[in-house]
Amino acid sequence: MTSYLLRRLGYALLILVGVNLLTFFLFFTVNTPDDMARLNIGGKRVTQEQIDKWKAERGYDKPLYWNDKAQGREKLTQTIVWERSVSLMALEFGRSDARNAVDIGHEIKVRMGVSLQLAVPVFILQLIFSTGMAVLLVFFRHSRIDFWGVVLCVLMLSISALFYIIVGQYLFARVLRLVPISGYAPGLDAVKFLLLPVFLSLLARLGGEARLYRAMLLEEVGKDYVRTARAKGIAEHWVLLRHVLRNALIPIITSAGSYLPYVFLGSLVFESFFGIPGLGTFVIEAISGQDFAIVRSMVFLGAALYIASNVLIDLAYTWVDPRVRLT
Amino acid sequence: MGFKLVFLWTDVALYVLALALAAYVWHVRRQPTLQANWKKVMLDPAALSAGVLLVLFGLVTALDSVHFRRALPPQGGQVYYDTRTMSLLDVVLARQIEMREATYSAPLGTHGISKESVNVDGQTVRQYPRLKFGGAHLQDPATEWSGDVARRVIFGLLGGAAVFALLLLAVATVLRRAHGGVAQALRDIASDRTRYPLRATAATLAVVCLLGGVLVALMNHYHVFGTDRTGNGVLYQALKSVRTAFVIGGLSTLATLPLAVVLGILAGYFKGWVDEVIQYLYTTLSSVPNVLLIAACVLMVQVFLDKNPEMFETGAERSDLKILLLCIVLGVTGWATLCRLVRGETLKLRELEYVQAATAFGVSDTRIMARHILPNVMHLVLITTVLAFSDLILYEAVLTYVGVGVDPGTSSFGGMINLARNEMNREPTVWWSFAAAFVFMVTLVLSANLFADGVRDAFDPRARNFRPRLKAGKHAAG
Repeated sequence: MTSYLLRRLGYALLILVGVNLLTFFLFFTVNTPDDMARLNIGGKRVTQEQIDKWKAERGYDKPLYWNDKAQGREKLTQTIVWERSVSLMALEFGRSDARNAVDIGHEIKVRMGVSLQLAVPVFILQLIFSTGMAVLLVFFRHSRIDFWGVVLCVLMLSISALFYIIVGQYLFARVLRLVPISGYAPGLDAVKFLLLPVFLSLLARLGGEARLYRAMLLEEVGKDYVRTARAKGIAEHWVLLRHVLRNALIPIITSAGSYLPYVFLGSLVFESFFGIPGLGTFVIEAISGQDFAIVRSMVFLGAALYIASNVLIDLAYTWVDPRVRLT
Repeated sequence: MGFKLVFLWTDVALYVLALALAAYVWHVRRQPTLQANWKKVMLDPAALSAGVLLVLFGLVTALDSVHFRRALPPQGGQVYYDTRTMSLLDVVLARQIEMREATYSAPLGTHGISKESVNVDGQTVRQYPRLKFGGAHLQDPATEWSGDVARRVIFGLLGGAAVFALLLLAVATVLRRAHGGVAQALRDIASDRTRYPLRATAATLAVVCLLGGVLVALMNHYHVFGTDRTGNGVLYQALKSVRTAFVIGGLSTLATLPLAVVLGILAGYFKGWVDEVIQYLYTTLSSVPNVLLIAACVLMVQVFLDKNPEMFETGAERSDLKILLLCIVLGVTGWATLCRLVRGETLKLRELEYVQAATAFGVSDTRIMARHILPNVMHLVLITTVLAFSDLILYEAVLTYVGVGVDPGTSSFGGMINLARNEMNREPTVWWSFAAAFVFMVTLVLSANLFADGVRDAFDPRARNFRPRLKAGKHAAG
């Protein structure tokens, strides 16, 4: 187990380096630091001095990949790519490129809490409802309920999440006036703001997830041990809950686990529609403001979370199925 | 009047896609196993009906993919061309483009939705202004409107029914030999005793024909789906958005294929360090949350386009290139899933006897991969491609909402929804462009999903649940 974790950690570092280089390369092949400075200072006439000052303030005043002026090892280390990568690896995100230059690390810490308030309930409820619906459909398999249930699932997954949000906001917040239309307040007040987004994001994903889980359960239902269980005289619902569901948990965990990074990063669409100041909104603002420092930090964070959640999924396997050994 | 054909990048890409599809159809006709699988797709009523709808949407796309620029009246011997790029669809819908109002108007409306000051007999009166085109032929909308609309709807329904009857008759005529006469063929279709599920398809077509008839009957005198803020017909926008959806859905998956298939086969076939490197590549790519990676790439594209304005003659070319680049970005960032699948399958295939035999005979690696492995991973490619199509259409809406999707100037479902967000909060509520986007998008995505399900069930060896469509003993043929 320890050796497995160590190996995963090594590989994770390698991937993070790759991700980092990739985003760096993406941004800076087309965009020189001069362009970024011009964009961020704004205005029509930007003098070279202003640009140089902006670059010096943010540490963009070095060559990108290779420093010819420096000596020895510093040829490599006195460059933007090296400095930026090293600080990212140490989880020092620095300040954003925009004029107000917010502290990205602090911002992430504050906003992640907000994102979690929305995403954790969604994640847990999602798992419960989707699995529940899938088990129900499988219980009634090859019947009318199953057929129309699947039709409903396909219909639901064909509807863009944006439609759910707009209709939901219109119906519950504007017509029925049950909850505020958007916004956020810290503490217990958050509940009334989060109710609608949680409900709608459950609804938006229910169709797809339930259908997927149903397929996974159906694959298990055909196996021999299920027939044996039935032959022993166990009631069908206990067969499903105790035997089939247990064995279908591995694919279910894999598919649910792939959402884990988004539990921390927040949902771009839901957060911005409901005005919730989480990480999702942060990213959208950064994208529309073309703030590369923030986007790069978030890409890095996302990749790190993705790798971490993969390790978590693997650990969950051993818990669900003791036969799985991590070596 | 002269014109100049314009080949936009996405047009060319779509033509290539159409050619590839034609080549695939030709290929299927020569391969009995593939043919059998596709027949199985067509035996699925939902998939066949969805396929018919997709073909109809495809026709709209095709019409909208032939672009040209009209010649302006000649000045001093020199011919100049209009800066506006038109498509064949614009020609078909010329009347709808012409029917431009000042601002919002409700579906089938005859008056604007907000009051304006109008000068009547020297007095200023606040009233709802008459629309310039919507219901302009009516003398007194208050009394004539309902009768006029009802008449047109009935004519439309009758026309649609006539078209449908002709279509049905044509199909029955084709089937007459196998079913013993046209009348018997019609009866068999009605009682669902044909080889292919024609009854379901006929029902789908009937709905399309009737709705289409009503639409055609109304659209020259009313705005069937209302107008948007700039007074343009919402129907026209929705139809234009269909092409954008097809481009994104079709070309993005096309862009993933070369990387995913080639790298997947290489990794699975050679194993060792090649495998390690390729696995590293796709793990790195898939580690980055998709939206962020796409956003990063699109920001880059945006900067590139802003820096090189001289590359484009017209705005259409610019926004077109942006869509194409978006597709490439989606392709380059989205190949990991398929690559992983292809690699796994190749790992399995390379140990099979026939590949071993080929190796023993001294067949070269390239040839083994091309002749023996590639054809046997194609079912995975096909399934993944059709499944990805609908996801990408949904994805486009989200990306456009986030601000990294298509140009605001290009009509797309994402753009329509994005605008609808504010319109729903207006007073009075402007719900029609949202509703139109919803209807068109759900129809498109739902048919794509149903068709994809049919394809998956037919091609996935794990999903072998063959049920004979017709019970034995019944009269069946055709």
